[in-house]
Parts: sequence; structure tokens; C-alpha cells
Amino acid sequence: MINFFKRKPKQYPLYWEEYEKCFEQKQPAELKDVRFVVLDTETTGFDYVHDRILSIGALTLKDKMIEVSNNLELYLEQEHFNADSIKIHGILKSEAIFRISEEEALQQLLAYLQNAVIIAHHATFDLNMINKALERNGLPKLKNLAIDTSNLYKHTLLTTNLVKKKEHYSLDELADKFDISKKDRHTAMGDAYITAIAFLKIKSRLKEKESLKLKDLVKMG
Amino acid sequence: MKNTISHRVADFLKNYPPFNLLDKPNLLKLSEQITIIYKEKGSPVFLENDSPHAHFYVVNKGAIALKKSNEKSMMDLCDEGDIFGLRPLMASENYKMEARAQEESILYAIPIEKFKPYAQQNNEVGDYLIASFASNTRNPYSITHRGKLYQEVLEPDTPHTPLMDLQTVQYSKKLITCTENTPVNKVAEKMTANKVGAMLILKNKLPIGIITDRDLRNNIVTGKYPITVEASKIMVSPVTTFRKNITITQAQMAMMKSNISHLCITKDGTPDTKAIGILSKHDIMVAMGNNPAVLIKAITRAKKIKNIKRIRKSIDHLLAGYLEQNIPMTLTSKIITELNDACIKRIIEISLKEMPSEPPVKFTWLSMGSQGRSEQLLQTDQDNAILFENVPEEDLEETTNYFLKLAKIINKGLFDIGYEYCPAEMMASNPNWCHSLDQWKAKVSQWITNPGADEVLLSSIFFDYNVTYGDMELADKLSEHIFETTQNYPIFYLHLASGALQNPSPTGFFRQMLLEADGEHKDTFDVKRRALMPLTDAARVLILSHSIKFVNNTFERFEKLAELEPNNKETFLACSYATKALLKFRTKQGLLHNDSGRYIAIEQLSKEERIKLKRTFKTIKDIQELISVRFKVSNLMR
Repeated sequence: MINFFKRKPKQYPLYWEEYEKCFEQKQPAELKDVRFVVLDTETTGFDYVHDRILSIGALTLKDKMIEVSNNLELYLEQEHFNADSIKIHGILKSEAIFRISEEEALQQLLAYLQNAVIIAHHATFDLNMINKALERNGLPKLKNLAIDTSNLYKHTLLTTNLVKKKEHYSLDELADKFDISKKDRHTAMGDAYITAIAFLKIKSRLKEKESLKLKDLVKMG
Repeated sequence: MKNTISHRVADFLKNYPPFNLLDKPNLLKLSEQITIIYKEKGSPVFLENDSPHAHFYVVNKGAIALKKSNEKSMMDLCDEGDIFGLRPLMASENYKMEARAQEESILYAIPIEKFKPYAQQNNEVGDYLIASFASNTRNPYSITHRGKLYQEVLEPDTPHTPLMDLQTVQYSKKLITCTENTPVNKVAEKMTANKVGAMLILKNKLPIGIITDRDLRNNIVTGKYPITVEASKIMVSPVTTFRKNITITQAQMAMMKSNISHLCITKDGTPDTKAIGILSKHDIMVAMGNNPAVLIKAITRAKKIKNIKRIRKSIDHLLAGYLEQNIPMTLTSKIITELNDACIKRIIEISLKEMPSEPPVKFTWLSMGSQGRSEQLLQTDQDNAILFENVPEEDLEETTNYFLKLAKIINKGLFDIGYEYCPAEMMASNPNWCHSLDQWKAKVSQWITNPGADEVLLSSIFFDYNVTYGDMELADKLSEHIFETTQNYPIFYLHLASGALQNPSPTGFFRQMLLEADGEHKDTFDVKRRALMPLTDAARVLILSHSIKFVNNTFERFEKLAELEPNNKETFLACSYATKALLKFRTKQGLLHNDSGRYIAIEQLSKEERIKLKRTFKTIKDIQELISVRFKVSNLMR
């Protein structure tokens, strides 16, 4: 007889369990030892339900250094397609780039992320997109701490009623402000790189105010 | 696998030697091995005697200063595309000097193990490295790409010593000579062929006379002598001679004294030994690269913003030299402000060329704050605004957009040469600071008639404006309007005065200096907020109440006030003196620490300096009392 009432803990695939295991380790106390993963996703649109991730770009930032060889650049196979957004990111459905399935991409992403602190510009959007993809594959949400550079940037601005802070600051505005070349803008990896440099520059300006800890950053971002 | 970042790195490196010598696949492969490093301003890359890293470095953005730790002056400054820290790796020895981020920088760290094979396989790359190591010159390829691979400089070839006067001059060793009976037309032919302005006449290898362009003009062209006359007839004799290590000052004096343009260098400095070279006025000009007149010329000739950035560095050297030599602050600030103004002006000219069309109407570029007061010796934040001619209502939006676009280019240009963006966005590219004359009039009227705390602050920044570029008349009209309005609303002075008194006091109850209590600048003295601002604010409200136009500089304002009010002469002159002293303090501190100099670490000051600083506080108190009484500030809720 099958017992319908006994709730067995849900079995997740091995790669998820390995990912989950990474979080048994605590984040280091010193900011310079913390592993950050800066990521950006290009999607078919802004609808969490219907739109899909086209590509993911992620790089690792540790102690103000980025190793070029250690990054993750994924292009996903597409079912859903939105003609409008091609104009922005230029990724065509049939373009000859090596593509992988959504699950394969998630598997690689989780293995790359581990317990790193995620940094993204307008992080909520990227995280929601990834979490939706996880959900479609029967997996729980990401467990990483996350920092949004758009929010973090606002803390570098003067608090005075002479300057009206905007609700959002675009990545373009940050790139202009911090003199970062906008080469490869609107590719996942290009944007991830701009975000990474912007994060470093924001962080150094924040440091002028207090000795910064990870929890301060997470709170602000 | 696609790697966008390594492409980005390769795309940058391919512009600079020796990476331009690698083919694309190899460059890409190398780029994949690179680590991108961010360095905050002032943080070290490596220190003297550190053991060699596994990487050498290329500057992607920013600038890295190389110096010996026991010497004050910088050995070299590496900027975009320059290589540093390679030689110790090749020679397996410790670093001979330290490398520190002069500004916020991004570096590419290239692993030496991955790079070595290219240096060995690719002959051109190898040759480049050998050439750079062997010649103690800069990059053997070109001056613009002065990437330097060696580290130790035995003797910097163009030292940035601010005290140029005692430096020896390079003279030309290529001697163009003739004998006393050479016909003058042959002399002239030879001078033209060799592109020189003077010819030495030798007899038994000893210099007996000199013929210059001027002698040819005075004697031949005037028809005094035929053109076939012997050289000895028209040569100037005897020749003024010097030893070879003549200093700039000596050479200048000698030329002025005898009203000549060339000196002959002989073996022992007398006309009785062999001539070994010739020194012209031009050589002196070149040696005096740090001279303000030469710098101004270089600025007005600069075609690119990058060139101006280099010149800006020379201005800082000049400033350091002036302070060291105790040149009066009035003169120093005048010269430096002129140079800074010239830089900004040039950037505006370059930016205007980038615009698709000419400005639709006349406009004025206003510098505000310290730049407007001609007190900005060190580069700080930019504060500026645009004022343009009135246009019909329907054209206003288009005109405003034109100037906003222009301002954006200018603001970026200023940023590129080292003026940080204003954190409060008080820049012409902000729509709040780019208006037509009528719009500005309405705006300042509003500030003056409704003086809340924000309005007083805004006016205190804006009212120190100065025309850096463009139409003076527009600014003049605006100033007239400000004076008229303030006279009709005298209550505004009261608010401005009370604003001037709100700066925190420099000393506490026991007359001890008040230091910052917390934050990054804990235990330092904020010389800007606690000492300079009270004086600046006081000068502004007083001069405004006298309706004096175009005296913006704080110490000049006090001098003017001393003139206008003989009974308070002493106080005002003391204020003028205090301002200069404080400004000098701040500038010296700033140059020392490569920052704005605003926060002074008191314990690092000498006793004498501390007394000097404290003496200014008494003056600040006096002027604040004067203002408080004059404008009856106590009537206002403070």
C-alpha cells in the first residue's frame, strides 16, 4: 500500500544538495575575504512568468580582484521568443552560439555561485528571473545574500534637500558617473563587468564614511 | 567558449606596445590569464623591497606613481597603457621602488610565466623589451606611448624639480662654424641648411666671434656691407663664453646683460679654450617647461583633453615650488588661478568643437565656489553653471537642451583632467544650473526674497560666480540684478550673515582646537569648515552689502573692505592675512597627501605651525562679532 499521508522530505537533485551544503560555511568576517559573484541576465522581456533567460554573465570578485579566466558566460536554448527585446541585447534565437538547456544552465550557475554574495544592478529583477527558472525545474529559491548596486549607489549621494535622489539609477548613469567604458553594454557579461567596477567604486566611496562590514553592504543594497 | 571580458581586455591591450606586436589569437589567450585589479586612491600596488609578484602590471584606468620611499619626489607617473613592475620580475630581484595609486585606478595584472614565452618566441617583443631595458630612455617607440618596462631610473631625464632656476641647461653640441674670411653669403647658406640662428667663427678652434640672424639683418640687409663681405667684418666679437654646467638663471642674466640671444660654451668657460657648444634663448625656454608662460602656451595649443591632463600635473609641480619658495600667496593664487582658468577655457573650446552646431545664442560659463573666488589652488570638486541670452518662449526648450548637451561634454572633460563631479550636482549639466538670463534673475530673486536655509546656502555658492568663458555682459546684467534685489530686501543680508555665523567654531571653551569627533576624519582639524568658511562667508556678506562687483577673492575682498571702512581697517587686514595663511596651510597639506587638504592631522604639525594656525582663530572670532553686531543677527532666531 502506498501511504499518501506520510510526507517524505522532497528529494532534490544532487547538484542542488551540493549547492545547499555550501551554506553550512559562514561568511568570513573581513570584507576582503568575502567572495562576491557579480551577475547579470539578459532576458526575452520583463515578465517573470512568460519571459525567459537568454544568457547569464557572472564573474567573481574577491579582494578587489577579478580573474578573467574564472567567469561564467551561459547562453540558453529558447522556446519563448520576444521580438522586441532583440533590439536591445542582439541575441537571436538561432545565432550560432553554443547553447544549453535551462536546467543545465541552472546547474552550472549553482556550482559557480556556491555561497558567494550576489551583486547585481537592479538585483531583484535578475534574482526573480533565476528563481522563476528554478521553480520551473522544481527547485527552491536561491539562498545567497544579494546586494543591489542601484540601491547601494544612493548611499553615496549627499543627504541634502538640494539634490533630489531618483528612485532608480540606471547602469548607464553609473557608467557615466564612474567613467566606465560602455563597451559590451547589454550583453550579460558586459553589464556584469560594468556592475563589478561600479560596485568597487561605490564601495570605496562608502568606506570614507565608516569602516564597512558585509552586513552593512547587504543592508544598504 | 565565448569570453566577453578577455575580449575587452585584449581590445585595450592591442593599442599599446609590446602587446600590439602580438597576433590576435595569442593576445586573446594572454588576456584570458589576466587578473583585473581595482586600487583605491593612495593604496600601494607594491612597496620598495617587496619580493617580486607573479604578475607585472598595465594601467587600464587611472594613474600609478612610482617613487623611492626615502625621496619625496615622484620618479614616474604611469597612466593608461603604461607598463610597470616588469623588470624586477625578469631579473628576479626585489622591487626597487614603490608603486602607489595616484588616483583611483584599474590595473591589469599579467602573469609573468604566461608572458615570458611570447617575449622569447616573438623576436619583435623581445627586441622591444631589450630596447626598453637597455636604453634608460623612455619607451623607444614614441613619446605618446611612454610605457616603461624598466623600473629604476638612474637619473630622471626631465626632472620635475620645481626649482628650475638652479638647474643646468642642455645646450646644443652640434657646432656650426666657419672661419673669419668665409664670405657672409656662404655663412647664411650654411645657417639655413642647418636650421640654426647663429654661427660661431673659429680661429685655431677657438671662438673669436659670432654671427646671428640679427647681425645679418643689421649689416647686410640694410646694405651696410655687400653680401660677399668677410665674416670677420660683421661678427660680434669677443664672444660671451661660459662653462658647460651653466644654470638657467646664469644664462638668462648673461643674455639680458649683453642683450644677446646666444652664448658660447667652451671647455673651461673662457674664450681661450675650445668651443664645445652653443646655447640659445630657445634652449632656455625648453628647460623652463614649468614656467607659467610656457604652460599657458601649451594649454592654448592643446588639441586633446589628455594633453591638458598632463599640463595640469605640471601646474601642481609649479604650485609646490612656489609654496616651497615662499612666494607671496596673492601672486601664487593669481598665477595658479590663471592657469586653471586657461585649462577650463581650453576644455570649453574643445567641447564646442564636438557640438554639431554653433551655440544658438551667446552664453557664459560661470565658475562658482572656490574656483569663482580664485582660491582654488588644488583641484577639488567642480561647481559651475551656464547662463545664456534670453530667447523667445518657443525656443527655450531647444536652447536649454543645446546647452545641457554642451555642459555634459564640458563636465566630462573637467572630470577627465581631475575635477571630481560635484556630489551635490551643482554643475551646468544639471537642468537646475543651466538657465537663460531671465530664468536666473527669477531664481536669484526667489532666493533673496525667501531666504530659508537652503536658499542662503545656494546663494552663498552661486554669488561667488566668475566668468570663465563667454560673454561678460550677461554676467554683468545678472550681478546688477542681484545688487538691486538685495538692496530692496535688506533682510537677506541678515540671513546671509547668520549663515556666515553658523560654521562650527574652531576652538572650544578652553581655547583648545576642536577636532572632528567621529567618522573617517576623526581627530583631524577641518580647516575648511572651521576656519576658511567663516572668513569666506563673512567677506561675501560684507562685500555684497557694499554692492561691490567683481571682487570675488576672499583676501582681496577684505583688502577692499579695509579701504572702504578705515575704522575697521585693522580687523579686515588681519582677516585678509589669516585667509592667505589658512589657504597656504590647506594647499601644503593637500599637496603632501594628494588630497583636498581639508583635514589636517594636528599632531603632525610643528609647534610653529600650530601657533600660526591658532593665531588666525582670534581673527575669525573678531570678524564674526563684527558681523553679528552689524547685521543684528541676534534678532534672528539662530
